[in-house]
Amino acid sequence: MRVLAALFLALIMNNVSALEVGDKVPDFRLPLLTQQGQAGLSSFKGKVVYVDFWASWCGPCRKSLPALNTLRKELKGKGFEVVAINLDEDVKDARAFLKEFPVAYPTLYDGTGKTPELFGVRGMPTSYLIDRQGKLQAVHQGFKPSDITGIRAQVMSLLAK
Amino acid sequence: MNHKLTITLLTALLLTSGCTAVKPWERGNLASDVMSWQGDALKASLDNHVYFSKEGSSGGGQAAGGGCGCN
Repeated sequence: MRVLAALFLALIMNNVSALEVGDKVPDFRLPLLTQQGQAGLSSFKGKVVYVDFWASWCGPCRKSLPALNTLRKELKGKGFEVVAINLDEDVKDARAFLKEFPVAYPTLYDGTGKTPELFGVRGMPTSYLIDRQGKLQAVHQGFKPSDITGIRAQVMSLLAK
Repeated sequence: MNHKLTITLLTALLLTSGCTAVKPWERGNLASDVMSWQGDALKASLDNHVYFSKEGSSGGGQAAGGGCGCN
């Protein structure tokens, strides 16, 4: 009886183990969207990395991708990198989106949902700011154009460390 | 042991196996335009405006309203 109740509870509760600020971010490897090959977190060791989960159907992403592209252009030389992970079901949608909103930073593709599960993504878009030591420093959910000022300040303070 | 309760729980267990939580990144189809109640937001708001002005005395689109016609 107790086992049954526990099983029942386990089934109805969908507990997601999300990454928390201060955690060491586990490595992942994913195929690149616009070219051959793979990349992962370890490809950007020693850099301040902004991992951005997005999808072509996500409204705010139309604002966030161009804004992040500008920020990355400005701070790339100081050791900042944006890694965008696309979560579209159909990879063609993602490529069409990137044609409309081209970005210079690496874009990866995860159609399996493993990486967002690993990070504990709760909404689209969600971003994770990782410091030079590979530790999670901030989680950013959603996006509106005014957010970029705060993100820039966070990135600057991490770059200075 | 209470057989009825066991059977109820077992049935509930069977039913929950049909539940899946849609993950935030799986909402592509739900976010599609054809999934919205109203295809055109501007047309919908115009339609609503007319509807409210005509049906104001009965509370417009809502059940509340005193019937004063001042909606």
